[in-house]
Parts: sequence; structure tokens; C-alpha cells
Amino acid sequence: MAARFGAALILALVVVAVWFLADSNFVLRVATLVFIYGLAAIGLNILVGDAGQVSLGHAGFLGIGAYAVAIGPASLGLHPLLALVAGVLLAGVLALVIGRPILRLRGFALAVATLGLGILIAMVINNEAWLTGGPDGMRVGRLELFGWRARGTDTWYWIAAAALIFGAIVASSLKASPTGRALRAVHDSEVAAMVAGIDVARYKSAAFVISAVYAAIAGGLLALYDGFVTPDVAGYLTSIEIITMVVLGGMGSVLGAVVGAVILTALPQMLTAFAEYEHMVLGLIMMAVMIGLRAGIVPSLAALFGGVLRRVR
Amino acid sequence: MTSLAADGIGIAFGGVRALDGITFETAEAGVTAIIGPNGAGKTTLFNILTGVYRPGRGRVRLFGEDVTGEPPFRLAERGLSRTFQNLQVFFRMTALENVMVGHHLGESHNVLRHLLPLPAVFAGERRAREAARAELAHVGLEGVANRSAASLSYGELKRLEIARALAAKPRVLLLDEPAAGCNAVETEALSTLIRRLAGEGIAVILVEHDMAMVMSLSDRVIVLDQGRIIADGPPDAVRTDPAVRTAYLGADG
Ligand SMILES: Nc1ncnc2c1ncn2[C@@H]1O[C@H](COP(=O)(O)OP(=O)(O)OP(=O)(O)O)[C@@H](O)[C@H]1O
Ligand SMILES: [Mg+2]
Repeated sequence: MAARFGAALILALVVVAVWFLADSNFVLRVATLVFIYGLAAIGLNILVGDAGQVSLGHAGFLGIGAYAVAIGPASLGLHPLLALVAGVLLAGVLALVIGRPILRLRGFALAVATLGLGILIAMVINNEAWLTGGPDGMRVGRLELFGWRARGTDTWYWIAAAALIFGAIVASSLKASPTGRALRAVHDSEVAAMVAGIDVARYKSAAFVISAVYAAIAGGLLALYDGFVTPDVAGYLTSIEIITMVVLGGMGSVLGAVVGAVILTALPQMLTAFAEYEHMVLGLIMMAVMIGLRAGIVPSLAALFGGVLRRVR
Repeated sequence: MTSLAADGIGIAFGGVRALDGITFETAEAGVTAIIGPNGAGKTTLFNILTGVYRPGRGRVRLFGEDVTGEPPFRLAERGLSRTFQNLQVFFRMTALENVMVGHHLGESHNVLRHLLPLPAVFAGERRAREAARAELAHVGLEGVANRSAASLSYGELKRLEIARALAAKPRVLLLDEPAAGCNAVETEALSTLIRRLAGEGIAVILVEHDMAMVMSLSDRVIVLDQGRIIADGPPDAVRTDPAVRTAYLGADG
């Protein structure tokens, strides 16, 4: 049990520790963003790290979740939570419909096709200004539950933390199940997986849908937390950021996805001391990490230190 | 009754006829060997019989049903399993996990259930691990169960593929050069295992270059040369067949 959910346990400890150590609301706000992006990265890692299928368009699903909680209440009078559920369903169904044909592609072809999917979703958001506010974005109403309004830094810190830990538990459960093993089999040898009775297309599609659902939840949380959305949330830069989190932190590692989110979200904040060189330093760190720790930060360090760490991936 | 049957199978790669008019039926149990010089089309035939390739011509039947063009995972559900000449191992997994993938057909395919931390799923995993350990022992690999597959020797990987194929509890098993990379002792153990499987009612189809093994093990030998069957019969008859001697054994003197 402890070994299986080591990642969730460590995340829970870190969440509590940051809460007590944080000396400003700013730190908590950055941590909240890390948790939300970490959630999206954990989901994408199921597709990329476990099943071995690339997606360069996952921000599109983030955008669907984000705009669902913006548009649902504003245009349809939906409760924000119901709007989030609707957005997640929409993202899941879209991933199911588009996943089948797209996931027949491999390697670079799949990369370009998913990139196209993400750009397409961002374009729709950009162009349908009557509904989405276009490039200017739109305001998002507050999340309200039984008369209680989700507002303030503290509240959102714990909402995002709970979502992250829940997402980690789900991902770790999947990993330790026959489905997780089937996904890793598809990653290593599709032909051997098929001969073992694995319906490769079905499992690729399942991984795509699951990762899209994670992204949509993260997008919805992001929008509710920010109180505002712009098409950037669905843009290809965001897609690249999420997949960079996965590769940097460690393919197939739940904890690694969150470490990747820390590097891409929190590190730039810590590097502000470098002023205009901030992005240069970030780029250098990314290159150095990939050269030194090729399997990503968490798996590489786990292999280095063995034992305890290996069990928490 | 027949298990696996080929009916006029043909396939060409860019004008080269790799297989042409292959027709045979195999019995429900026993060992059928398919031999032939390099490039004769043995592996290509395996790929067609297991649904990896679709034949250009002809039909494949499994237990009397036409299964031509069915994908490999459907054929696996019908009881077909195989190993590969060029290793197809899950290199990011341990030896044990590789064999556990072989259990896939007997496991729950309910992805939603697997997203939750259910004790029933964990218990199933524990049982799968125990079963896989026993299956590794059948091929003498119990000692490397928790080693990464990437760290195993060629001969060990060959046997790992057999354990994984057996984990699916097949009724028809195709082995593509299983003894390659094995020493004399390992080859003998492999022969014993194959004999036992055939005795248990599995139809084994064996592609192998080790002639001593083929001749001692097989109930029947089919000889391929340049994509055609040039001989088909009991080992003794095939051994003395003049066409086989010139086309195949002739090369060895
Ligand atoms: N995918 C493919 N594309 C093109 N040509 C192929 C392909 N697969 C097999 N061939 C060709 O078909 C012929 C038969 O090859 P195959 O691998 O079936 O021979 P084999 O009898 O298994 O030989 P070996 O004993 O060396 O394993 C060869 O000429 C090979 O080059
Ligand atoms: Mg061959």
C-alpha cells in the first residue's frame, strides 16, 4: 500500500510542509499553479510515459475545461461545478472520437497531428468571440457550493492540492493494474502486445481519453482559480510546457510530472533575480537536466539512489 | 480435428514472392516443424498465421473457422500464441512483468475499475504475480524474475518469450527459432518442455535450424524453400527426401 501510493503520500507531505513554510501568499499562489499544472502533467504522463504516445496538443483539452467553466455559467446558467463536469465530458468524448484515427499514427506524424488538434481547438476559441470573448478572453464566475464561495489564496491552495493528490492516487492505481501493464506493453512492443491479446487501439484510446480528462479538470480549476481565461490556456505554448514537464520530470513517473511542473512554473518565479536572463537560465537548466539525467529527474535520481525512491515512482 | 490450417497462402513484398500457394493443416496436438534455408519464408508464414500480416492470397483457418485478416489480439482470444525470432520483449519491464502481460486475456479489461485503488484489483495483481513466478520456473528463469528484461542474456530472453506465450494458456503455440542462443543443456531442457506441451494437448508449430532438435521432437516436418512447400511428412521421410537434400540439407553435405 505504502509503496503503491508513495507518490501521493510524498505529495501530501510536501503540500503540508509548503503550507507551514510558506512566508507569503505569493508562495501559496505559485504552489497552487504548480498543483494544477502538475495534475495536467500527471494525466499526460499516462499517455506519453506509460503508453508511449506523444501529444503536442493537450492544452486544447485544458482549454475545453477552462472555457466550460467560463461559458457554462455565463451563457447557459449552469452551476460552475456542473459546467466543469460538462467540460470534462466534452473533452473526454472529443478525445474518444479523435483518438481512434489519430493514434494510428506514430512518432513524428502523431506529434504533428496532435499539435494540429491543439491548434484547432485554440483557433475555435479565438474565433468564436460571441461565445468566448475571442482573443480578449472572458471573466469566470466564482465557484460556489451550498452558499460557500471558493475564494482566497488558502482555499484554492487546498482545492488544488486535493485535486493533485487525488490525481496522483488515480494514476498510481492505474499503473499498478492490468491496464497500466497493458499500456507499458504497447509502449515497448505493439506487436508483442497484440499477440498477447491486447487490443492496442483500445488501450491507446483509453490513455488518450484519461489524459484529456486530467487536462480538462486542470483547465477548469485554472480558470476558476484565476477568475479569467484567455485563449493562451489552449495554445501550443501551453501544450509544449506540459509535455516538457513530463519529459523533464520523468516519463512514466507520477512524482516526476509534478517535479516537472515545479521547474516550469515555480522556477521562473525564483529566477526573477536574473532579470532579463531569467529565460536563458531556465533554458540552460532544462538542457543540463536532460543531458545529465536522461530518463528525467525522478527516474534518474531513483536509479541513482535505488531502494526507497524506486518504490515511489 | 485440425487446429491451424493454411489454404493457398501467398504474399509478395515489392514483386518478390515470399510465399506462394502454401497449403497445410496441423493436428490438434503434437509438434509440427517448419524448416527451410534462410529467407525461405518461415517467419513470414508465422506473421500471416498470427495475423501480423494479411496474406495477399489464400485463407487461414483456426479450429475450422476462417480467421483470415483477423487482428492478432482476436486470434489470441481464440487460443493462438507465438514467440518471435527477432526478440519482441517488453524491455522496460522486469522478467516477471513480461510474463504477467501474457495473462492479459484472463484479466479484467475494465479500465474504469483500474483507475480506482480497489483491494480486489491489488489482490488480482498478487495472484498474477504468483502465477507468473511459476510460469517463469517452467523455463528455468525463476532466478531472474525481478531483474529488468533489458539485463537478460539472449538465451534468457528467448525463454522469457516462451513463458509469456504460455501464460496466455494457448491451444496453438508457434515458436520461431526458440533454441537460438541456447547452449546444449538449455536446448535439451527446451525440447523436454516442448514435448510436455505437446503431450498436454497443445499444437506446437516449430521453426528451428537445430536439425537434431527438429528431428527428435517433431511428429511432422514441413520444408519450405523460396516460399513453397517442397516436402511434408514424418521426420524420417523428409530426411531422406532428395528434393530436401538438394535444396536444404544438401548445403550441409
Ligand atoms: N516486411 C518485409 N518486407 C519486405 N520483404 C520481406 C519482409 N518480410 C520478409 N521479407 C522477405 O521475405 C523473404 C522471406 O523472409 P523470412 O524472414 O520469412 O525468411 P525465414 O525463412 O524466416 O528466414 P530465416 O531462417 O533467416 O529466419 C525474404 O526474402 C525476406 O527478405
Ligand atoms: Mg525467420
